[in-house]
Amino acid sequence: MGDTARNPVTWLGSPAFPTAAKTALADDQLRRNLKHATGLIRTKRAGAVAELPDWEQLRLSGEAIKDDVLANLDTYLLRFEESVAARGGTVHWARDAAEANEIVLRLAREAGADEVVKIKSMATMEIGLNEALQAGGVTPIETDLAELIVQLGNDRPSHILVPAIHRNRTEIRDIFKAAMPGTEDLTDEPVELAAAARAFLRRKFLSAKVAVSGANFGVAETGSVVVVESEGNGRMCLTLPETLITVMGIEKLVPTWQDLEVFLQLLPRSSTAERMNPYTSVWTGVTPGDGPRDFHLVLVDNGRTDTLASTVGRQALRCIRCSACLNVCPVYERTGGQAYGSVYPGPIGAILAPQLGGDMHDKHAASLPFASSLCGACFEVCPVRIDIPSVLVHLRAKAVEAKPKYSPEAIGMAAMSWVMAGPRRFRAAQRLAVAGRLLSRGGRIRGLPFPGSKWTDSRDLPAPAKESFSAWWKRTRG
Amino acid sequence: MPTERATGRVALFATCLTDTFFPDTARAVVRLLERLGCSVEFPQDQTCCGQMHFNTGYRAKAVPLARNVASVFAGYDAVVVPSGSCAGMVRHVYPDLSVTPGPVYELSEFLIDVLGIEDVGAYFPHRVTYHPTCHSLRMLGVGDKPLRLLRAVRGLDLVELPAAESCCGFGGTFALKNADVSSAMLADKMSCVLDTGADVLTAGDNSCLMHMGGGLSRLQAGVHPVHLAEILASTEEEPWVTPLATR
Repeated sequence: MGDTARNPVTWLGSPAFPTAAKTALADDQLRRNLKHATGLIRTKRAGAVAELPDWEQLRLSGEAIKDDVLANLDTYLLRFEESVAARGGTVHWARDAAEANEIVLRLAREAGADEVVKIKSMATMEIGLNEALQAGGVTPIETDLAELIVQLGNDRPSHILVPAIHRNRTEIRDIFKAAMPGTEDLTDEPVELAAAARAFLRRKFLSAKVAVSGANFGVAETGSVVVVESEGNGRMCLTLPETLITVMGIEKLVPTWQDLEVFLQLLPRSSTAERMNPYTSVWTGVTPGDGPRDFHLVLVDNGRTDTLASTVGRQALRCIRCSACLNVCPVYERTGGQAYGSVYPGPIGAILAPQLGGDMHDKHAASLPFASSLCGACFEVCPVRIDIPSVLVHLRAKAVEAKPKYSPEAIGMAAMSWVMAGPRRFRAAQRLAVAGRLLSRGGRIRGLPFPGSKWTDSRDLPAPAKESFSAWWKRTRG
Repeated sequence: MPTERATGRVALFATCLTDTFFPDTARAVVRLLERLGCSVEFPQDQTCCGQMHFNTGYRAKAVPLARNVASVFAGYDAVVVPSGSCAGMVRHVYPDLSVTPGPVYELSEFLIDVLGIEDVGAYFPHRVTYHPTCHSLRMLGVGDKPLRLLRAVRGLDLVELPAAESCCGFGGTFALKNADVSSAMLADKMSCVLDTGADVLTAGDNSCLMHMGGGLSRLQAGVHPVHLAEILASTEEEPWVTPLATR
């Protein structure tokens, strides 16, 4: 498969997770920034969730609604398409990233734009739209503050909700000073930083003819599209330009307005620990004399139908991108999002990116399901009850299937399974293991050859007991 | 002399790790349960629950192990496991492997839910901090059962572990496959343990204790990793003895 056919959901050239994690772990500033930020959001989320006596019921509702959508996706999508068209919007279908990018670029050119403002960019980042637009002579401007920081810093996002979570304010000041004219005296006060971004973006909002947005939800019954955000920049994008192009994954539907209510409770509390998000924008087709004159909706598959085919894995498509799982994940907390090498980092990224990418022969993709200690904190906080640990284990099995049958690991695992499936063999192996005491001093093993060194590099290993419990039982009671 | 409790036939599933590396824990479970009036059997053909294979993606290789566990423990009224993760594997994963397990209980569940005992008559005069292991906490949902048992132990000074619910970083083969992240998680866990000033770190799972204990031993921190069963088995007549360098 050549680079052109490659699904850009994972970044080209990303090293496998353990390698990328090593680099991230060595960055003390990054670890401090992350620990501070995730700790703060985690505590706040727990408080916001505890306020609702029916939180578990809401989670169950969220799960049930999304499962219904996924089970009847064809029906809901057609209903959605009909409703959007009936209100004067145009629906486009894109099988993959390349098709979606072509459609957006064509629409932007047809509208005569050489610059587009963007909001809610996850789906467009997934398909690599910015790169495609740039290559086609159209400049994309991110208007979400954190995404702007990432864009201006020629950086990559490291969080679903807070893409610049890995940056502190001094670093942000330096990025702004380098990229925004007239900011020589900028300090690292948040108010000043926000004001600089505001002045920079205001000019863009007023001049842009075309806006590109993502979507949090699409309501099938009315063809409405919903964006929730905190800054109000989205509202500028959604209302000021003449043409609005929304790029949306096909799984983002809810059947009715009544269903939306559940998610407008689940999402803000899970993501920003707010009772309600500051800006909720809903638009349905076009309204003459108000807002964009043209509305285009690009419905993107990009691996979703394939994901739907897996009974265990499809639950990842319930995700509403709240990022609660990132904020509680002990692995994410220490490595940050970029180590995952995908626009979807953290626990949800570890199950979503390999499935959307769909190629477990890719070493990087195959390393993602192993980027977890399976502690289960992600499942506990997920507002739509995605059993992330179970999906991780399911994908690990897929990764193992894609590996050579006779890898050292596979042989070791097969041998251990064979030994342990036979009680006599296991008892014999236990007796042999006692020889491991030769490597120990005072019952502790301090250094083992590779791959055991991966353990003993930072921790001791106890030596096998002189007499196993089963041997003791047999001697004294057998 | 306590009378025999109406718990039916009770079997101990020691787990491969405890059987091989931590026999004291399995002996403690037997001593404790016998003290509480149970008669305990140890079926000799038990080996491993298959968790490592399953969680590493070798699903098919876990199946014969699961079948062995199911056949070895068939017919018992209760199987007691001194491991939250192995109990979780049997209870929650075996059905996915089309293996039907019997009634399996993690130790604290068995003591509180089946025997109905919180005060097991233990004596343990040490400063202890408790780490709730991830699988006990989230897969089995043992809640505060281990803490309730610990609070009833005479002489025990229970100190709260900061960030107790954070994973220690073991995660089975995760500790090898992502050794650097695992070590970073362990380092943070150890600093929390040291902050408590406890001389004993306890948990309901020897795998996590092996991980945390391995780190503490490397630091020569003087904190002893001790399985919950060993604390509960300790009495004034037969107290737990601090291991010197070795166990």
